[in-house]
Amino acid sequence: MSLQIISIILGSLTIASALMVVLSKHPIRSVIFLVVTFFFISSLYILMNAQFLAIVNIIVYAGAIMVLFLFVLMLLNLNKSAEPESSILVKFSSLIAAGGLFLVLIAALKDSILLSKTYIPNNEAIGTVEGLGNLLFSKYVVPFEVSSILFIAAMVGAVLLAKREKQIID
Amino acid sequence: MDTGLLIEKSVLVLIIFLISLGIAAYQTYFERKLAAWIQDRVGPDRAGPFGILQPIADGVKMFLKEDFIPKDADKWLFIIGPGIAMFTSLITSAIIPWGTDLELFGRTITLQVADFDIGILYLFAVLSISVYGIMIGGWASNNKYSLYGAIRASSQMISYELAMGISAITIIMLSGSLSLTDIVNKQHGMNWNIFYQPVCFIVFFICSMAETNRAPFDLPECENELIGGYHTEYSSMKLGLYLFSEYTAMFISSAIMAILFLGGYNFPGMDSDFFKDHNNLLAITSIIVFFSKIFLFIFIFMWIRWTIPRFRFDQLMHLGWKVLIPVAMVNLLITGIVIAIKEGWFNELM
Repeated sequence: MSLQIISIILGSLTIASALMVVLSKHPIRSVIFLVVTFFFISSLYILMNAQFLAIVNIIVYAGAIMVLFLFVLMLLNLNKSAEPESSILVKFSSLIAAGGLFLVLIAALKDSILLSKTYIPNNEAIGTVEGLGNLLFSKYVVPFEVSSILFIAAMVGAVLLAKREKQIID
Repeated sequence: MDTGLLIEKSVLVLIIFLISLGIAAYQTYFERKLAAWIQDRVGPDRAGPFGILQPIADGVKMFLKEDFIPKDADKWLFIIGPGIAMFTSLITSAIIPWGTDLELFGRTITLQVADFDIGILYLFAVLSISVYGIMIGGWASNNKYSLYGAIRASSQMISYELAMGISAITIIMLSGSLSLTDIVNKQHGMNWNIFYQPVCFIVFFICSMAETNRAPFDLPECENELIGGYHTEYSSMKLGLYLFSEYTAMFISSAIMAILFLGGYNFPGMDSDFFKDHNNLLAITSIIVFFSKIFLFIFIFMWIRWTIPRFRFDQLMHLGWKVLIPVAMVNLLITGIVIAIKEGWFNELM
């Protein structure tokens, strides 16, 4: 019961901070609220006993990707006056697009209520390093290796792009 | 819910909090005394005998200074910046095992606030978010020197985190666990990791120095280029918190290095018959041993600061990306091969 109350509180805080990402006028504040949102999502993972996932979520998203976001925003030095005024047509079309996305998400998630019955709380093997490692190196070994090759390809591509730009300057 | 456990953990948290702050405060004193000793001066000696009240005088001075917020600064972010810096350097202490179990009032008290399965990953998570304090503070000041400092700090921290992570993986492979308690227990007695992984230790040590923004890696607050770096606009206790968080981070990273490489609270002779009968004495001795290892690292940190001049920024990046990461990776590979041979994976091939 107390677990349910905690998860309701954390869930509403997650949604509130996610809303603040969209509602806050300043891009830097949006990024900071996004970091806060990742923290709340991690806390929800911990409630489901997926500690490894929670920590990796913080390391990768809050710690690495968001730092790069913040980096780029600081270098661009965006602020309120730099934001272009959008016309009514743009506002209207973005409203329709966002509404469409919302509908698709609801359609996709409406069956997940049925799925949640199979989730066993405090199932210790599900989110620990041992459980995840066993799954990654037995059942999902091929997708795991393929995705790591994909990462290496992306990394090599990024390095190549950075190098080529330097040669032009020379 | 066990009430005893709750009280025990709360007391432990409070004690660790006070110890971290106290040690951070006295680090400033020892830093000055050591600098004075290295440069053949006297150092602070006015406040109290040998100047030991100097940190208190400094603290009072910090509090009484005018608290100034620049006109064009982002007010809220300017205020929470130092808070985040202090918060992130303090919360790491939650996973540090401070000593062997203590027996008090018929209870066995574990001297660790939280024994995670994934302690070392938590450490890296905290490390990766510790950039935010400096970044937010530097940006919110609305000053180009602060922004340069913030950008330098974050790029430096991201770069050195990689080499640090790779060298930590080597230790994880050696211990076969992500929990700091297991890593410490694997190094029982004199079986310390530094004897097996000296290269890994050197890489980790250099990276911790860079992560705590200590000289020779204190580019983010490089005075002759950036005035004061990310805390140029800060005054009063906000500046105090930034400076304090650096010293707390130094204390905590010394503790982490003592755990990963010097065997934490382990010391030779802890299995002797005398300690078998006196459990609490063993616990107290282990705490003292652990703290002396921490102080050794703090001393080395300060020694290096007052000996080696500051790097240039491109030298710093070169060292991080082109020297430390390859060295750590080769070390990881060799360790992996040796472990595989020891475990007998190649027995059928040979």
